[in-house]
Amino acid sequence: MRFLMKRNYYEDIKLFKYRSTFLWYIALIIGSFLLPLVSGNYFISQLTFICLYSIAAIGLMLLTGYTGQISLGHAAFLAIGAYTSAILTVRGIPFILALPAAGILAAGVGILIGLPALRLSGLYLAIATMAFAIIVEEILLRWVTLTRGSLGMVVNPPSIGPWSFSTEKSYYYLVLILLILGVLAAKNILRSPTGRAIIAIRDSEVAAQAIGISLPKYKTLSFSVSAFYTGIAGSLYAHKLTFINPESFTLGVSIELMAIIIIGGLGSLHGAIYGAIFVIFLPQLLILMKDYIPQLFSGQTGLNAALYGLMIIIFIIFEPTGIYGRWLKIKFNFEMFPLYRRGTFRREKKYFKVERK
Amino acid sequence: MSFVNEILQTIFSGIAMGCIYGLVALGFVLIYKGTEVINFAQGEMMMLGAFIGYTLITILGFPYWATLLLVILILGIFGMVLEKVLLRPLIGEPVFAIVMLTVGLGYFIRSIVTMVPGWGTNAYGLKTPFTEKFVRYGQLVLSWEHLAIIFITIVLILALFCFFRFTRTGVAMRAASQNQLAAVYMGISVNRVFSLIWIISAALGGCAGILLSPITFIHFNMGFLGLKALPAAVLGGFKSIPGAIVGGLIIGITDSLSGAYLPLGWKDIAAYIILIFILIIRPEGLFGIPLKKKV
Repeated sequence: MRFLMKRNYYEDIKLFKYRSTFLWYIALIIGSFLLPLVSGNYFISQLTFICLYSIAAIGLMLLTGYTGQISLGHAAFLAIGAYTSAILTVRGIPFILALPAAGILAAGVGILIGLPALRLSGLYLAIATMAFAIIVEEILLRWVTLTRGSLGMVVNPPSIGPWSFSTEKSYYYLVLILLILGVLAAKNILRSPTGRAIIAIRDSEVAAQAIGISLPKYKTLSFSVSAFYTGIAGSLYAHKLTFINPESFTLGVSIELMAIIIIGGLGSLHGAIYGAIFVIFLPQLLILMKDYIPQLFSGQTGLNAALYGLMIIIFIIFEPTGIYGRWLKIKFNFEMFPLYRRGTFRREKKYFKVERK
Repeated sequence: MSFVNEILQTIFSGIAMGCIYGLVALGFVLIYKGTEVINFAQGEMMMLGAFIGYTLITILGFPYWATLLLVILILGIFGMVLEKVLLRPLIGEPVFAIVMLTVGLGYFIRSIVTMVPGWGTNAYGLKTPFTEKFVRYGQLVLSWEHLAIIFITIVLILALFCFFRFTRTGVAMRAASQNQLAAVYMGISVNRVFSLIWIISAALGGCAGILLSPITFIHFNMGFLGLKALPAAVLGGFKSIPGAIVGGLIIGITDSLSGAYLPLGWKDIAAYIILIFILIIRPEGLFGIPLKKKV
């Protein structure tokens, strides 16, 4: 058993709880930097996708996992980021400017669309973002002079100054560094007053309001930060695929992002990354297991989607805290070995007691 | 004259489409009133209804009216099973979890349908007793398919109205949707009410599906059409049953007018643009009462 001795309040919001965690993270970062030296291009390409999805998922996690707002339209921000970056780089603007531009434009649009919906109760945001995503998809399809419509756009591999990121491995390093920066930024946002305010909003809007947190302000802030992350991920996504068309950003992508954070574990940044690993490796796993799955299912295009849907259902019913929550429980069990009680992690149920009309 | 005629014709088919949206929106509204949850799988109920209807009529050769009743029955049972297996364990959990469950469910159903042998990813048409029959009224040509949709919708709404107004169960459901605790004290089984709400809205979705399939294609992406009922529900205030129908009609008419007179693509998004404007201008909808959250 490990005992934690706290001597002042700042220890509650330290970036790393123990010195050992810090060392483990350093080891993980060094490990992921060394990985391209020993593995093939295909594996690295998959890892790049994991990092990409992780960035987008961190964005959605800040909004959904920490602020408690549902967005069913994050594919739209991914699309805005991707198309902004694509259009700008095709016109000769350097990638180093196009990347932040993608994030900022997504964040700006996020504020525009979030403002009306965020004044209302939670579910309206889900509806509004879904509507917004459908509108964006249609605009991308019809604004042919800008986006070339359903023909799609060819995007060049990016380069910053003298470095070009045209190979799988170099692009992996770019995305990995941005992911590390993104995680650090998110962790710092979360321990700042802003972050604690948005967590308070998630836990109880009424209580948060009572201690002086302005709901619209912090919800909009969280929504725009979330859109910013997703926009950045979109830009990286476009340069990774080197070809984008409106069909890469359907409602299904939004739901996939949602699946990532639910499977990984709501309310934890670890969860966003675990979820991304799960969602990227699931199709690979299915290909490996092809011989063992009945013929009826194995050749089907809908199999992945069906599994994502099923996973969302299973995790919400049986393990709402996701993979990361399960890991915490196992770890806790070992730490407290003979004293583990199931009740430690029991969730409180809430029933409607108020009058409704 | 012919221009007025054309507009009337478009509005008429819009009304028929609006009835479908209204029925699906009614499913949203019933579930929201009862359980404060939006069922994002409502469009998929419609799709399932259409596919089951197609199987019964085209493959097994059932008559239309029997199929309509059977689809209502099957989808009702499906709704009941869903409620028992998936929703019941989540009572008392955050609304967020339940909503995401319905999103996952919709996604799951949509992909599973593509794997069912005989359904797959193809689009099918449906032949009904009303196919290719028309009524002439002056210069207007009204197709029986549209008239049938409007007629059946009116019958369904009247039946629902009577159910909520005059039966003990209906009154119990209204009571439970206003104050669950008080309803429990009065001896109403809230569990049964929830179950019934899901049965009714799944059956409504299925009904909408089978009504819709003669005028569009049956396809696994039909559920997206059902999502257009969300703007209808928001327009109607999300808590009002007549509001859902009126919202559905408005969305239906806009839909077909924008399809006829605006450039390609507007038809698909007009409803959602209306939705966003409604959220900005009058978020409580046309029939809603502004809500204050109580502690």
